[in-house]
Amino acid sequence: MLASQVIAAAAVEAGYKVSIGETFGASQRGGSVMSHVRISRKKTYGPLIPKGHAHLVVGFEPLETLRILMEYGCFETAVVMNDRPNYPIGCLLGEDKYPDPAIIVEAINRMVAQNQVLAATELAKEAGNPLATNMVLTGALSGSGCLPFDSQYFINIMDTLFTGEIKELNTRAFRKGLETVRRDQG
Amino acid sequence: MSFFGVSLDRPGHSVVLTGNEAVARGAIEAGVSYAACYPGSPTAEVLPTLARLGDRFNIYTEYSTNEKVAIEGAAAASFAGLRSLTICKADGFNVALDFATAICLSGSVGGMVIMVGDDPAAHSSVKEEDSRFLARTANLPVLEPATVDEAKEITKSAFDLSEKLALPVVVRCTTRICHASGDVCLGELPQMVKQASLSRDQKSITSALFASFTKNKLKKAAALAENSPFNFYTGPENAKRLVVASGPSYTYTAEALEILELAGSVGVLKLSTTWPLPEELILKHLKTAGEVIFAEEVDSFLEDGVMTLAARHWEDVGLIKFYGKNSGDVAGPGGPFVGELNPDIMTGCLGKVFGVSYTPPEIPNIQEARGLIKNNLPGRELALCAGCPHRASYWALKTAVELDGRDVIVLGDIGCYTLGLRSTGYNVLQTVHCMGAGVGMASGLGKLDRFNFRQPVISVVGDSTFFHSVPQALINARYNQSELLCVVLDNETTAMTGHQPHPGRGVNAAGLQVGRVEIESVLTGIGIPVTVHDPYDVEGTTRVIFRLLQEKGPRALILRRACALVSVKGKKKDRVYVDQELCIGDSCGCARFCSRVFACPANIWDNEKGKAHIDEAVCIGCGVCASLCPQKAIVVERTV
Repeated sequence: MLASQVIAAAAVEAGYKVSIGETFGASQRGGSVMSHVRISRKKTYGPLIPKGHAHLVVGFEPLETLRILMEYGCFETAVVMNDRPNYPIGCLLGEDKYPDPAIIVEAINRMVAQNQVLAATELAKEAGNPLATNMVLTGALSGSGCLPFDSQYFINIMDTLFTGEIKELNTRAFRKGLETVRRDQG
Repeated sequence: MSFFGVSLDRPGHSVVLTGNEAVARGAIEAGVSYAACYPGSPTAEVLPTLARLGDRFNIYTEYSTNEKVAIEGAAAASFAGLRSLTICKADGFNVALDFATAICLSGSVGGMVIMVGDDPAAHSSVKEEDSRFLARTANLPVLEPATVDEAKEITKSAFDLSEKLALPVVVRCTTRICHASGDVCLGELPQMVKQASLSRDQKSITSALFASFTKNKLKKAAALAENSPFNFYTGPENAKRLVVASGPSYTYTAEALEILELAGSVGVLKLSTTWPLPEELILKHLKTAGEVIFAEEVDSFLEDGVMTLAARHWEDVGLIKFYGKNSGDVAGPGGPFVGELNPDIMTGCLGKVFGVSYTPPEIPNIQEARGLIKNNLPGRELALCAGCPHRASYWALKTAVELDGRDVIVLGDIGCYTLGLRSTGYNVLQTVHCMGAGVGMASGLGKLDRFNFRQPVISVVGDSTFFHSVPQALINARYNQSELLCVVLDNETTAMTGHQPHPGRGVNAAGLQVGRVEIESVLTGIGIPVTVHDPYDVEGTTRVIFRLLQEKGPRALILRRACALVSVKGKKKDRVYVDQELCIGDSCGCARFCSRVFACPANIWDNEKGKAHIDEAVCIGCGVCASLCPQKAIVVERTV
């Protein structure tokens, strides 16, 4: 949720029109959460992306990344994802089996041309707090080169939005994601 | 972030705001003086946005105990010549409806706007409800924004409209406005002096005699709607094919027509004044149309209204084929009156009606991918957060009920704790309806002994629910001598909607300390004996519940422990871990009790080691699971 707001603010600074569609409340008590972010030079679009039209999928969790990609992705969709599973209660109870995360990544690799996997939660811990995973992934998204504006817009926005320790943490986390992807892309 | 955007004094500048923030900004630009709500998704964020700016713009903001009190206070402000905003969800509007149906007759003075947030697909509700029908019953005009930017402009204009008509106006939003974000063009901030004034000669009387005045006000609203800048038509002149749309469904329609390459041949009449209808404007387009399709949520409100209009003017409009929810042509996977719309559903429905086929871009190797995961994509059910005190309460409740053995009936209510209906709450609850309903029903069940009903009855409510509507039902139980045990799960906040305060917290909307209204005192005042316990002490709680089940008469138990999300925010957590020597894995015979049975999201299983593990990214350090491990393998390092 915060990641989509940061991406939107950076896009607006870079001169784009933005729409976001997401849900707060009950869906955030352990359910699937997805945010649709739509960026355009010309038009303000509706809040929901049509099937097969997602240019980018940023996945905070492997199973959800796969689920969303199957519905909203196409071959050209670029994926940036965290490798750390978050087990749904059905899996914890033993009613369902969580697929092997390595196989989920393999399945995603078969589906799209570009998939950037990172240990975002670990990187967030290195930055100081596992809750900064969202900023690590935002940095990774910026580093992927798939957005039409560069990382400086993000740095500027974080300077405006955050203060003190939170700003330090989020900026560190963002940079870790950014550098990891740039390094992997070589 | 956007709080910074909401208060910006830069007219003409664009900022990204959520729909709720846009409504708040619209109210601020209109010079609102009084805002009240009971938190309800998807509208919960409007009031705190105004509250933070209360001093700067001289706005009184209030978390009311319920929506009826909220709308009554707002009406009083209007009566004193001030502009007021009442905010609620559809279910909340139900609660306010008694007053709403009265005030349309007595009329308003200062602009009075009621922002109602409907929740198509019930993302954060127990039902989908179309509040427009209720607004019509209450004789109140309805304005529907289609975008976040419109939400601001329409809210601002609603205050003017309300004063022109001397009638409250409903601004009806949906989740895809409230919780969506978009560019909003800021307007001028107000420069007015806000002065309340009320004389002894001013009357606000509800009487059937005034019905004709109210109907005339609606006629005036309809005439104004004919020229509303928020209604517009796009597409070819004299279109034979016409879509009539309102709300975000308009944006889905516009996108669908683009995808289908029909934008040049199909007209779209986008309406924001959906009650009363701008009849002349609609008839103008109906006269040339042969096929009309409706895109709206949740129910067929616009569709029914337009079809009735067409029937009254059948000689002028001629033969028209109507496609919508009633015909079943505009429908998602759940059927025409179920679920929300989106660009894909509109593309499918419009494509079918107009005979244009469309297949969304597919992923070429999707079958291969499905094969790799053996088509196994586990669903993600809602779950209580790690450390949630409700989990501990439900554990104790379930145990006590099983021990009692008399088929104890457990009734539920609305809040995070509603998840007690599901596996995350051990399926303890067997009912949920609306705010406070569990206690009302318990009061009824508790009187069925003359019909050989002997089962004990427990009603579970939250603390915020308690203040909303529970004392009425408890007074009833005491007065009518009903047997019930009311369990109040007091996590000291209104959690599900975003941790707003309530009277039991002793903090108001402006963040000031005010005296607490103690739940114990209310119960004692009613004459209901009350016990208080900490749900984290699962064993002790189980004993208390069992004891109370053996007692007679109406009685209450408060299980008090702060919400997990609130208690750890910004604080250091106790470290909880599984001692890998003490945990003996599957040979324990506990059947993975911590992760599989207790099922806190922080209790996971390490498949490689074959032992229990605590996910430290998720665990908040409550230590409840430690008391349940048969090997005492879970260790809590208390640092706090």
